Amino acid sequence: MEFAFTDDQRELAAAVRQVLERECTPADLRVLHEASTPDPAAVGGDAGRRSRERWRVLAELGATGLLAPEGAGGLGLDDVALVGVLEEAGRAALPEPLAETAGLVVPVLAGLLERATPSGPVDGDRVERTLATLAGGGSVATVGGVDAGRRHPVVTTENGVTPRVVATGLADVAVLVAGGRDGGGPEVHLVDGTAAHTVTTPSLDRSRRLGRWEWTPDPATRLSAGEDAVDLLAELADRGAVTAAAQLLGLADRMITMSAAYAVDRYQFGRPIGSFQAVKHQLADARVRLEFARPATYRAAESFARRRPGRSVDAAMAKSLASDAADVASRVALQVHGAIGYTFECDLHLFMKRAWALSASWGDAVTQRARVLAQVLADRRGRPAAAGG
Amino acid sequence: MDLDFTPAEQAFGDEARRWLEAHAPPPGSLASLDTADGFEAHRRWERTMYDDRWSVVNWPSAYGGRDASTIEWLVFEEEYYRVGAPKRVSQNGIFLLAPTMLEYGTDAQKARFLPPMASADEIWCQGWSEPDAGSDLAGIRSRARREGGRWVLDGQKTWCSRGAFAEWCFAIFRSDPEAERHHGLTYFLVPMDAPGVTVRPIPQLDGETGFAEVFFEGVVVPDDQVLGGVGDGWRVAMSTAGSERGLNLRSPARYTEAAGRLVDLYADRLAERGDAAETASALADDVARAYVDAEAYRLHTYWTASALSAGHSVGAEASCNKIFWSETDLAIHRLALALAGPAAEELVPDGTGGFSPGPWLEGYLFALAGPIYAGTNEIQRNVVAERLLGLPRG
Repeated sequence: MEFAFTDDQRELAAAVRQVLERECTPADLRVLHEASTPDPAAVGGDAGRRSRERWRVLAELGATGLLAPEGAGGLGLDDVALVGVLEEAGRAALPEPLAETAGLVVPVLAGLLERATPSGPVDGDRVERTLATLAGGGSVATVGGVDAGRRHPVVTTENGVTPRVVATGLADVAVLVAGGRDGGGPEVHLVDGTAAHTVTTPSLDRSRRLGRWEWTPDPATRLSAGEDAVDLLAELADRGAVTAAAQLLGLADRMITMSAAYAVDRYQFGRPIGSFQAVKHQLADARVRLEFARPATYRAAESFARRRPGRSVDAAMAKSLASDAADVASRVALQVHGAIGYTFECDLHLFMKRAWALSASWGDAVTQRARVLAQVLADRRGRPAAAGG
Repeated sequence: MDLDFTPAEQAFGDEARRWLEAHAPPPGSLASLDTADGFEAHRRWERTMYDDRWSVVNWPSAYGGRDASTIEWLVFEEEYYRVGAPKRVSQNGIFLLAPTMLEYGTDAQKARFLPPMASADEIWCQGWSEPDAGSDLAGIRSRARREGGRWVLDGQKTWCSRGAFAEWCFAIFRSDPEAERHHGLTYFLVPMDAPGVTVRPIPQLDGETGFAEVFFEGVVVPDDQVLGGVGDGWRVAMSTAGSERGLNLRSPARYTEAAGRLVDLYADRLAERGDAAETASALADDVARAYVDAEAYRLHTYWTASALSAGHSVGAEASCNKIFWSETDLAIHRLALALAGPAAEELVPDGTGGFSPGPWLEGYLFALAGPIYAGTNEIQRNVVAERLLGLPRG
């Protein structure tokens, strides 16, 4: 067993981290949060230009096409290489949908091209073109319509409306899931941004650019239907969980690091507040939870890389641990910062809001734990009586 | 990154499983190792393992081991707990003293002490804490003075697990009266039957005498029973207090097996209890969390083992281990008692005419000690905060 990143994987993540330290600063994030900034879902203006620049730089590193085959202009790497990159995206609270593009849409499109899908004619050329453009960083993709907050993922698109799609206004294309007509099960579609009417959804983390997509499922845009679509919906939910977990690790680390730095500099009663045990122990607890969420998240990525049969449960474990780690980290970070952490001026909220959103997205901790327990109970049924009980 | 076991690791595990299935006594069949008879029964089991080279698999073969890698050791532990094999009465020696001796011992010391440690002919207890020095180990006052070319030990140690029956004790004493705190300490190897050693067992809250006070009055110890350099005792003692000790002290199999049994208990009891859906779902989340945490601990341990195998040193992250496994153990057992309901407090026949806690209650009582021994969790949190997060010392 070799449970470790390779040097190459570590270097790629380090390169992304360096780039984002420069290109995705708290000041950059703040602009998107400021009430004075016009609709951040809009692409025009400085905010949009900055977003495109960040995307270009990430594409140059190969991050957007990491999972795409080299023939499609990607790096032909696997989910293990991506998980470290997404942890860095989380650390920087990257507003652009790198997870959705690189971690969901690219592998799903690549997978469709790889496998014959018997659920009806798919516009293979369009899929191929879209994959190549996404891989090269020439366009941005998002995902919508999947509610992983249930035991089995549920489609949220109703009456032609998909709510809460991230990176609205920025995304050129979206993989959207709709309930099948005439009770025929879900359908997965690849929808052009221009073919949908989008409306900004006001949300706490404005940098996520949530929006509502009004669209009409059309056979020409369908990627999958029937049983295959059920499988694809489950895969989207699982990949969403793992990619969110990776970002949550980075966010948790960021908030803990900020808090430790604050606790060293902030003096009260003639000493740094970090010298008090009450402060030390809270931060230690947060650090411990993060420490033990990490290997489980990396394992889930490896399970996807090797298409292990248990990867869905592995994703659920990772998401539950990472959600909890980020929840504890944000709670402790706020407490350590005290009143100043509660202000708009302090950078902390930029990270807390993202952590809150991702923690609850793609299956919250409780739901994911329930999925794990259900599987474990099923696995253990019929086992011989355990020793020592 | 590859989480599959290699063919060699798989074969090692298969061989371990076959041997353990053939040789391990039925789970819970040995008397408590905190009784005289139970101690000897557990010693005999260690000897049985030693005879087939299973007692110290990751030691050098020259001393009774199999030169197994850390991963292979973890695989062995998984099989060990799966079969419900007896508690390791040799654990203080083989898990705590041995790594230190392999690093700091002379060849003569290794040759003298390691084989009988592996065979359990000599069982060790640890002399660390004193009545006035627990968490503050640097505050120890037991003294070692030079006299006639040898050392003379005076003082008192407490909370020595298995001190009532052990043959040897590894302990730190203050050898330089001018020095303070963690300076001027020396690490000694002391036979428990040496003149001047008095052992007073301390009854625990579960009625067992798991640990003891050990008094040293003019105990003579030769130079070749000093481990490491004179005055270097603190560094020697702490050298494996880091990653290796964190890894060796509690392998994850203990918790993953317990968590699996907890899930079985949950499934069995739920139907019997006829709980309302609300109660059931609250318990379900707790049970799921305990199971997930045990698995997270297992994965983290393999992550650390892989890093060590690749030659990386693991730093202060190891401080996180103790906090996590002790709290996971407590959570698992607290839930088991909750599932057992009012029956939880009943004792069960112990097979010798008396009564003792059943496995879950025993496990809970032992789990309560987890946040205390091997460095209290408060101290561990200080270490995490100071060494991992850079917070200033108090």
